[in-house]
Amino acid sequence: MKPTSHSFPANARIGLADPILQTALGLARSGFPLRRQQAIERLPEFEELREVGRAIKDHTLAHLDFYLELYERNVTAAGGQVHWARNAAEARAAVLDICRSVDAKIVTKGKSMVAEEIALNDHLEANGITPVETDLGEYIIQLRHEPPSHIIAPAIHLMKEQVAEAFRAAHTELDPDRSLNDPRALCDEARTVLRPRFLAADVGITGANFLVAETGSSIIVTNEGNGDLTQILPRIHIVVTSLEKVVPTLEDAATLLRLLARSATGQEFSSYTTISTGPRRPGDHDGPEQYHVVLLDNGRTALLGGEFQDMLRCLRCAACLNHCPVYAAVGGHAYGWVYPGPMGAVLTPALVGVEEAGHLPNASSFCGRCESVCPVKIPLPKMMRHWREREFARRLSPPVYRSGLRLWAWVAQRPALYHALADIAGRVLGWAGGHRGRFRSLPFAQGWTAVRDLPAPEGRSFHSLWAERQRKPRGHR
Amino acid sequence: MNSARDDILAGIRRGLGRGPVGAETAAELAARVAAHRRNLVPARAAGLDHAARVDLFVAMAEEVQTTVARVASLDNVPGEVARYLAAENLPAELVMAPDPSLDAIRWDQRPLLQIRRGRAEPRDAVSLTPCLAAVAETGTLLLVSGADTPTTLNFLPDTHIVVLRAGQVVASYEDGWDLVRGRQEWPRTVNLITGPSRTGDIEQRIQLGAHGPRRLHVVLVEDAPAAE
Amino acid sequence: MAEPARVALLVTCLVDLFRPSVGFAAVKLLEEAGCTVEVPYAQTCCGQPAYNSGARADAQAIARQVIAAFAGYDYVVAPSGSCAGMVKIHYPGLFADEPATLAQAQELAARTWELVSFLVDVRGMERVAARWERNVTYHDGCSGLRELGVKQQPRRLLASVAGLQLTELPDSEVCCGFGGTFCIKYPEISDKMVTDKAADIAATGAEAVLAGDLGCLLNIAGKLARRGSPIEARHVAEVLAGMADELPAIGMPAR
Repeated sequence: MKPTSHSFPANARIGLADPILQTALGLARSGFPLRRQQAIERLPEFEELREVGRAIKDHTLAHLDFYLELYERNVTAAGGQVHWARNAAEARAAVLDICRSVDAKIVTKGKSMVAEEIALNDHLEANGITPVETDLGEYIIQLRHEPPSHIIAPAIHLMKEQVAEAFRAAHTELDPDRSLNDPRALCDEARTVLRPRFLAADVGITGANFLVAETGSSIIVTNEGNGDLTQILPRIHIVVTSLEKVVPTLEDAATLLRLLARSATGQEFSSYTTISTGPRRPGDHDGPEQYHVVLLDNGRTALLGGEFQDMLRCLRCAACLNHCPVYAAVGGHAYGWVYPGPMGAVLTPALVGVEEAGHLPNASSFCGRCESVCPVKIPLPKMMRHWREREFARRLSPPVYRSGLRLWAWVAQRPALYHALADIAGRVLGWAGGHRGRFRSLPFAQGWTAVRDLPAPEGRSFHSLWAERQRKPRGHR
Repeated sequence: MNSARDDILAGIRRGLGRGPVGAETAAELAARVAAHRRNLVPARAAGLDHAARVDLFVAMAEEVQTTVARVASLDNVPGEVARYLAAENLPAELVMAPDPSLDAIRWDQRPLLQIRRGRAEPRDAVSLTPCLAAVAETGTLLLVSGADTPTTLNFLPDTHIVVLRAGQVVASYEDGWDLVRGRQEWPRTVNLITGPSRTGDIEQRIQLGAHGPRRLHVVLVEDAPAAE
Repeated sequence: MAEPARVALLVTCLVDLFRPSVGFAAVKLLEEAGCTVEVPYAQTCCGQPAYNSGARADAQAIARQVIAAFAGYDYVVAPSGSCAGMVKIHYPGLFADEPATLAQAQELAARTWELVSFLVDVRGMERVAARWERNVTYHDGCSGLRELGVKQQPRRLLASVAGLQLTELPDSEVCCGFGGTFCIKYPEISDKMVTDKAADIAATGAEAVLAGDLGCLLNIAGKLARRGSPIEARHVAEVLAGMADELPAIGMPAR
């Protein structure tokens, strides 16, 4: 999808003013942190596992070439095929070629953020192939022609009424008088409507939560089972994934899986964790005849060895989104691309450029909650700050902030001048604040006073009062 | 013109500030993979004796809406299956994995139960399969694909019944990996199943039976050892 | 009581300009804890605004000034989690490429503390002599909480204030929306965050909200006042030092 991250402030305003979105976000914001907390309280080793998970990922990244080559050898040995893609266009082309090789008409899809990243659905449709999203949240937003707003719960911005509306508009073959009042009815309808699509699909496309070098396997984690029906029924299973998903062994995957579900939804384990290796074996009665892995770079190798390498540890669990007060205020669409929230604030500029996405790492109070819940200890605020440093150095920040800040910094390095100015400012504003003790409105502070009062200074500055106190003999203080 | 593969690998090496991994490092890394050492495994299930481990499996499974019926022996399986289907108001028909481990069950004791052996078809409402193991840590069943254990049985029907012998309950996922590695060939699909299918995608309210089975029923046979 | 110590007060730019009383409350508490307190003249700010805006060179320049000004003291104490965090956690990273300054930054970091955690964790203070009969609630400032582990210490000392009742604030650990320049650059988002915080505070039924950072408090007090709320916002140091009765709350008129 074409990024609109440059419009983040306007997008955010729309989100803040949307009462349905605000209600939906309210549900998520209270639910996810509580469930995660309950899950980690049941696992005393959780903190230690975060450190182990971080170490596994760092080790893998330090030897990424070795592990990817080993992974590819094992995929091939199991009868599968790896297609390396430098960028989105190559990845799309690889998928299209495979689909065309079997004259595919219908393609079912499990949820894949990488597929969103390369805008795969649009490309398939433009080439006469119908992609059918099968994850319930993805299916809903596909009907509504909108992007996902969360990396694991794509329709989190919607309430049931909007889902019902989308279903009524799309499922015209069903009885128009049917009741779609509750999530149960909606879920049953999705199951009924999508089952024939699963069965009719020529190709099934999934993502991968992990790639296992030891066995040449891909691992997907779902609660619905849609990823499984997507991959075992059609003739071809294509995994659309990216380089940094690889881990060395199944034991490494087990450690990361213990972190993943708890961090994402607060579950002990997702309903379905599936390890897929190659096509069906001789003698199997089901399973795909072909297994392809499209392995995407699209800017990831550029992060290795630099300030943003730690971002490649990301498990896409969404814990950072779920705990971010900015995400909770504006929702995922405000971020303007595939990856919202704190991880999106770091990754999006890396993948689409900081000129486009520069607002995202700035729209943070650096509260640090994201880093504190990241299962692999990614220092998200630090990397957002690195983006700010790059923007500052390249003069991408608005001139008024930049010059104001530099002026302030200049004064701050001159204590005598600073103290004099602070004392004057304190006295003037203290006096102007008058008997109210605060300002309802203040020139040059409209950003603040538009929505809150500004408390008035007490009067003289601390340094001025302290100096005076020091001058008095001891007994007089 | 370089291939994408060459460019990507070159890009990785450039980023890491080195050339290809040297022979000594490669050997170390290969050895690390071959050894597949376990990382920290939570104590939750590891420290338990077998009976307690089985109890833990049952408790964790029931937490996620798996139903568990504990029976004394394989001979009790047909009766339990018939009872379960009647209690859930389901027709007395099912499709069963062709796996030999299920051959010893006296299905002839329940002649009204219609059984077909093979993979699942869209019309099948109930399936019955064995499993390779059950992981006590989170109440998770481990199933593998094969000629005798088609994967469609785990996903197409609305109700999935699993026959589990108590001896198959292991503590951790890592114990499960070792069992899979011990098989003749690595399977196409390894399924770790923890409860029925579900979704919370609409207003965060959990609904069972999104696309996979709505019901997952485990018949836990307490006296039989694990199948060979 | 621990042995005498020579403490340098890192006033913080917000305390200096908006609420010197917090600085004096800090001095009083530090003296009660057996410290002698000095206030180095050559301090203006810890440099956080420059640092978080990406103006790294300016942040380094200000940090060098702080390092020089606070050399030689046993401890450096700030009545602010974010300022103490800047010095303790972030200064060393600013000088990763300058070994000599890095060593100085690390040395400074090791003896820099947020006020309340210094009193409790270093000086072993277990109670204060203050009395303040109010029902209060407490907002955990993000830097103090997550960078410095300030959580139990203020609660511990507040529990010893005679007549004081503490009602825990739901979502006390959620950011109030100040974030330094964030509240200016993204005012609507900041407003949403502080509106939620003010509503949470009001819902506790508390008469006052306390915190350890003046940035948070100016933000919260400003929002409460705009809502017409009588809830008082104060720095925890004022209450612990027994100065609350004599001091108008933040943003409230002098009696």
